Amino acid sequence: MKKIFKHPQSLRKVSTHYCAGCGHGIAHRLIAEVVDELNIREKVIGVAPVGCAVVAYDYWNFDCCEAAHGRALAVATGIKRCRPQNIVFTYQGDGDLAAIGTNETIHAANRGENLTAIFINNAVYGMTGGQMAPTTLIGQKTATTPYGREANYHGWPLKISEILALLKGVVYVERVSLHAPLEVLKAKRAIKQAFFNQIEKRGFSLVEILSPCPTYWQMSPKEALDWIKEVMTKEFPLGRIK
Amino acid sequence: MKKEKILISGNEAIGEGAIQAGCFFYAGYPITPQNELTAYMAKRMLQEKRIFIQAESEVSAINMVLGASSCGFRAMTSSSSPGISLKQEGISYLAACQLPAVIVNIMRAGPGLGNVFPAQSDYFQATKGGGHGDYHSIVLAPSNIQEAFDFMFLAFDLADKYRNPVMILGDGILGQMMEPLRLSVVSGQLSDRYNLKTKNRKLKAKSWALTGCKKRSPHIIRSLYLKQKEIEELNLLLQKKYKTIKQKESRWQEVDIEDAKVIMVAYGTMARIAKGVVKKLREKNKKIGLIRPITLWPFPQRVFERICQRRIIFLVIEMSYGQMLEDVKLAVEGRAKVEFLGRGGGGIPKEQEILHKIESLKI
Ligand SMILES: Cc1ncc(C[n+]2csc(CCOP(=O)(O)OP(=O)(O)O)c2C)c(N)n1
Ligand code: SF4
Ligand SMILES: [Mg+2]
Repeated sequence: MKKIFKHPQSLRKVSTHYCAGCGHGIAHRLIAEVVDELNIREKVIGVAPVGCAVVAYDYWNFDCCEAAHGRALAVATGIKRCRPQNIVFTYQGDGDLAAIGTNETIHAANRGENLTAIFINNAVYGMTGGQMAPTTLIGQKTATTPYGREANYHGWPLKISEILALLKGVVYVERVSLHAPLEVLKAKRAIKQAFFNQIEKRGFSLVEILSPCPTYWQMSPKEALDWIKEVMTKEFPLGRIK
Repeated sequence: MKKEKILISGNEAIGEGAIQAGCFFYAGYPITPQNELTAYMAKRMLQEKRIFIQAESEVSAINMVLGASSCGFRAMTSSSSPGISLKQEGISYLAACQLPAVIVNIMRAGPGLGNVFPAQSDYFQATKGGGHGDYHSIVLAPSNIQEAFDFMFLAFDLADKYRNPVMILGDGILGQMMEPLRLSVVSGQLSDRYNLKTKNRKLKAKSWALTGCKKRSPHIIRSLYLKQKEIEELNLLLQKKYKTIKQKESRWQEVDIEDAKVIMVAYGTMARIAKGVVKKLREKNKKIGLIRPITLWPFPQRVFERICQRRIIFLVIEMSYGQMLEDVKLAVEGRAKVEFLGRGGGGIPKEQEILHKIESLKI
C-alpha cells in the first residue's frame, strides 16, 4: 500500500504550546513538510524569532538558532555568509520582522542575502498580550488600541512585503493565508518556492502568511478564519507580489 | 619565521591581529576613532577570502557576529562608545548562548554623542556586564600597539576556550597612534596561534556549532528557558565559569612595586603615562611603582591582596572620573589608602599633574 500521509521527520513528536486555532502550528508543519520534501533536513538552519514562536526550535527537528527580538535576519546573514552550503531561514512575526527589526529586514533583503524569510502576519503582538502590531488593521481593537486603530493617530497598517518587493536584492515575495484548506496548500507551495530559490542561489525570498490569533482577536477559531478571509485579505491582498 | 617590523596604527594592528588569529567574519558600522579598523578589515578580509560586512547598524553587526559564531566561526565586531552601547543587547545574548566572539571598543568621550577624543569612561559598561542580566565579558586592555596585535590571539583563544564574549578595551589614542610592530613575535603561550598562520580551518572544530544535523541530533543555540528552574541553572553554570575565569585568567603587569610606597594603578594609555612617571621618580630614588591591570575583568585582585601586607598608598589614575577606582577599593578592602586622579571628556591626566598629585600625598 502506498503511504500518502505521515508525520514529517522535520517535526518533533511533541505537542505545542500554541492556543487552539493558532496559525503558528500549521506554519511550522508546512515548513517541516517542505524541508522533508526538498530533502534538506540535514542542511537546514532555522532562526527563531522572539514572539509566540520563540520556541519553534523545540518543535522542529533540525539545527536552530534563537535571535534577539527583530534580529533574525542579521543572525541569518552571519550564518549564511559563513556556511553558504547550508539552507538558512528565518521565521518571524509582524512585530519582529516589521517593527523592531525593520532595519535588519530591509537591509538583509536589499543586500540580496540568499535567505528565506517566513513572515507570520497575525496583526497583533501575540506573545506580549495582544498589543498593536505594525500590521494591525484600521479600527482593530488591541491592548494598546483600546478604541481601535486610527490612521491619523497610529498610522496605517504597514505593508512590508510590498516595500520589500521594490528592492533589487529580492527575488520572490508572496502573500498567502491559512484561512482555508486550499489556501494552506497554496501557502505550502509558496514556502517551497522560497526554499527552492535559496537552493538555486537566487537571492532573498519572503513568504508572508496571514495567520489567525483567535486569542487576541477575541474570536473563536472559526470566526478568526472568516475574519482573515473577509477583512484581513482586503487590506493584505493574497498572491504573488514579486 | 621572518622578523618583520612595520609601522602601523593601533586600529590596523588590531585588524591584522584578528586576521592572523583566524577571524573569519567581521561586521561593523563606521564610527570615529575606530574607522581605520573597519576600513582595514574591508580590505584585508576580502584578500584572505573571508567575510566583511558593513552592517546597517551596530545592532545588526553584533547579531551578524552572533550568527557567524553560532555556526562555529571566529567572528568579531568593533566600534566606539556610542556604538558599543547599541551592541549591549547582543553581547548579553552571546553570553547567555555561550557563544565566543570578540568585540573591540576604541573608547571616546561621552556621555551621549560626546566627542571623538580618547577616554576610559566605558570601564563600568565593559567590566560589569553592560547589557542586561548577570554576565561578564572578559576584558583585555592593551597599552601599546604590539599588545593590541598580540591580544587579538589571546582574545579569540579565551573566547573559544570559555565560549564567552571577549572585549578589547582601548581608547582613541591607542587606535590612532602609530608604532613599530613585530609581526612575527613568538611569546610563550601565544606561539601555537602564530603557527596557525591565517587558516581558520586549522582551528579546532566546535562540537556544539550549527552545521546542519547530519548524522547527529539537532543543535540548538538558545537563551530562552521558560521554566524558572532552568534559567537559574543556566545562571549557576555561567557563575561557575566566571569563577574559573577569575582564578585562571587574571593578568597584570607590575612595575617596581616591591619596595614602593606609592603604587599607581592605571591601564591602557594611562598606564603608559604612569610608566614614564615611575621612571622619572625612580631616577630621583623615589619609591614609586605601578600596577597595570591587563584583564579588567577578571580584575587582578590577587596582586592587591599580596601587596596590601605593607603600608602603601594606591593612586588610581584614569581617563574618567573614577570607574576602575571602585574595583581597586574592592580589592584593597580598606587595608590601604586609595587616592584618585582622573579626567574625563577627552581630558588626559598629564605627567605633570600626576607628579603634583604624588607630591601632595602624605607618605
Ligand atoms: C528588545 C525587546 N523588546 C520587547 C520584547 C517583548 N516582546 C516579546 S515578543 C514581542 C512581540 C511579538 O509580536 P510578533 O513579532 O508579532 O509575534 P507573535 O507573538 O504575534 O507571533 C515583544 C514586544 C522583547 N522580548 N525584546
Ligand atoms: S497568542 Fe495568538 S499567536 Fe500566540 S499562540 Fe495564542 S493564538 Fe497563537
Ligand atoms: Mg504578531
